[in-house]
Amino acid sequence: MKVRTKAYGEIEIEDTQRIRFPRGLFGFEDLQDFVLLDATQQPFYWLQSVDRVEVAFVLMDPKFFRPDYTPDVDPAELEEIGIAGPDELLVFCIVTIPAAGQRMTANLQGPLILNRRTHVARQSISTDPRWGVRHGVLEEMAQARQKAPQDAPESSC
Amino acid sequence: MLILARRIGESIMVGDQVEISVVDIKGDQVKLGIKAPSQVKVYRREVYAAIQDENRAAAAASPQTLPSLDELIPKQSDPGKSST
Repeated sequence: MKVRTKAYGEIEIEDTQRIRFPRGLFGFEDLQDFVLLDATQQPFYWLQSVDRVEVAFVLMDPKFFRPDYTPDVDPAELEEIGIAGPDELLVFCIVTIPAAGQRMTANLQGPLILNRRTHVARQSISTDPRWGVRHGVLEEMAQARQKAPQDAPESSC
Repeated sequence: MLILARRIGESIMVGDQVEISVVDIKGDQVKLGIKAPSQVKVYRREVYAAIQDENRAAAAASPQTLPSLDELIPKQSDPGKSST
C-alpha cells in the first residue's frame, strides 16, 4: 500500500506497519488509520496518519529516557485493544519537538498502548501524579544516567 | 445535561458502581468524593484537555527538527533498543 508521509513523501508500506486506533487519539478522534515507521533518526518512530498527511507524531520508547517509567494502564484498556499477555503490549510516548533550539518534551501522561499482535492501539491517560504531558527528554535522560552510572537496565515494555 | 441539586453529604450514583458525593462547599469551590471501581479512571477535565493540546502541538512536528541519536547522547552507548 502506498502512503503519503510527512517525513518521507509517498512510500510503499507493508501491512505489518499499519496501526489502527479505533477511537483515534485525543484531539484527533476522526483519524483511525496510521502507519508506524522507523525514523531515520534513532530512537524515534513516526506515527503517520494514512488519511491526513500533515498529521504525524514522533514517538519513542519512554524507557529510553525514563527507565523507571511504568504506565498505569487499566485492565479495561488492555481488553479494549485485545491484549492477552504482557508480551503483546508495546508502549510509546509522543514527543513534541518545537522549532529548532527549543526543548524537546515527551508526553508520559498520555502514552500510546499498542497490541503488537493485532496492531490495534489507543491513547491512555495516566492518573499517576509522577507523569505529566511535558517531560524534558534530555534533562531526564541525563538525570537517569547520573543515578545509574552503568547502562540502564534493558527492558521491553 | 441532567442537573441535580445536592447538599453536603448527599451523593449521586452513575450506574450502580460509581458514587459521587458532595464532601464540602466553600465559596465557589466544591469538594467531591468519588467512589469507583479501580478500573474506572477518574481525572480532572483539564488533564484530558492538556493531552489534547499536547497532541496537537506534537502533530505539527516538522521532519527537519527531529534530532539524531548523536545529538541526544553525547557519549555513545547503545541502550538496547527494542522495536516492533
